[in-house]
Amino acid sequence: MTQFVSTLLAIIGAFFILVAGIGLVRMPDLFLRMSATAKASTFGVIFTFGAAIVYFQDLAVTSRCLAAIIFLLVTSPVAAHMIGRAGYLTGAKLWEGTVTDQMREDYGRDEPPGQATPPAEPEPPPNDDSEN
Amino acid sequence: MSALVGMSLLWVLGLMGVAVVLTFYRLRIGPTVADRVIALDLLSTIGIGIIVVYSIETDKKILLDAAILLALISFVATVAFARYLEKGVRR
Repeated sequence: MTQFVSTLLAIIGAFFILVAGIGLVRMPDLFLRMSATAKASTFGVIFTFGAAIVYFQDLAVTSRCLAAIIFLLVTSPVAAHMIGRAGYLTGAKLWEGTVTDQMREDYGRDEPPGQATPPAEPEPPPNDDSEN
Repeated sequence: MSALVGMSLLWVLGLMGVAVVLTFYRLRIGPTVADRVIALDLLSTIGIGIIVVYSIETDKKILLDAAILLALISFVATVAFARYLEKGVRR
């Protein structure tokens, strides 16, 4: 019985890992690809570790797998954030359907190198020139 | 282990293999270096899953240590790649 539960958890984990692979190929943007892979692959690996916990039913294996799950939950968003920031700073193209780009004001990337200028115009109307 | 469970775990490994093929496709065609770094990160994560499923299939719990080690090393490698990419950019 525990073998069937373990196999079911492994199948669910493999499904989410496959979703991560499909999202890596199909998403149109660096940041969307990063989002898809970081979340779905972490979720799938967590289910796979859950399958190992259910299958072995050993205290050493359970503690080891829980430590690995916590480590993945902590480090995967950090790694994805750092890759996304590096990709933004090195000039990755944004998707043409991107609504907003809030890092543009902080890191003065004046114009994206690609043709994909974000359609949200961050330029406010110049109505404050009466002060000077 | 019954035959059905073993066959199902083989199918699980096959699904993860399909994900590896898709990841290698993105690693081949990735437009920027950051796309390739993401593909490498996903590749190591899929490797963790494959190791865990293989340890279930062959009933060897010692392989879980290899999975944890791969998680540690892949995080360090990803952070190093990200720092390397940011290095040539002016602040």
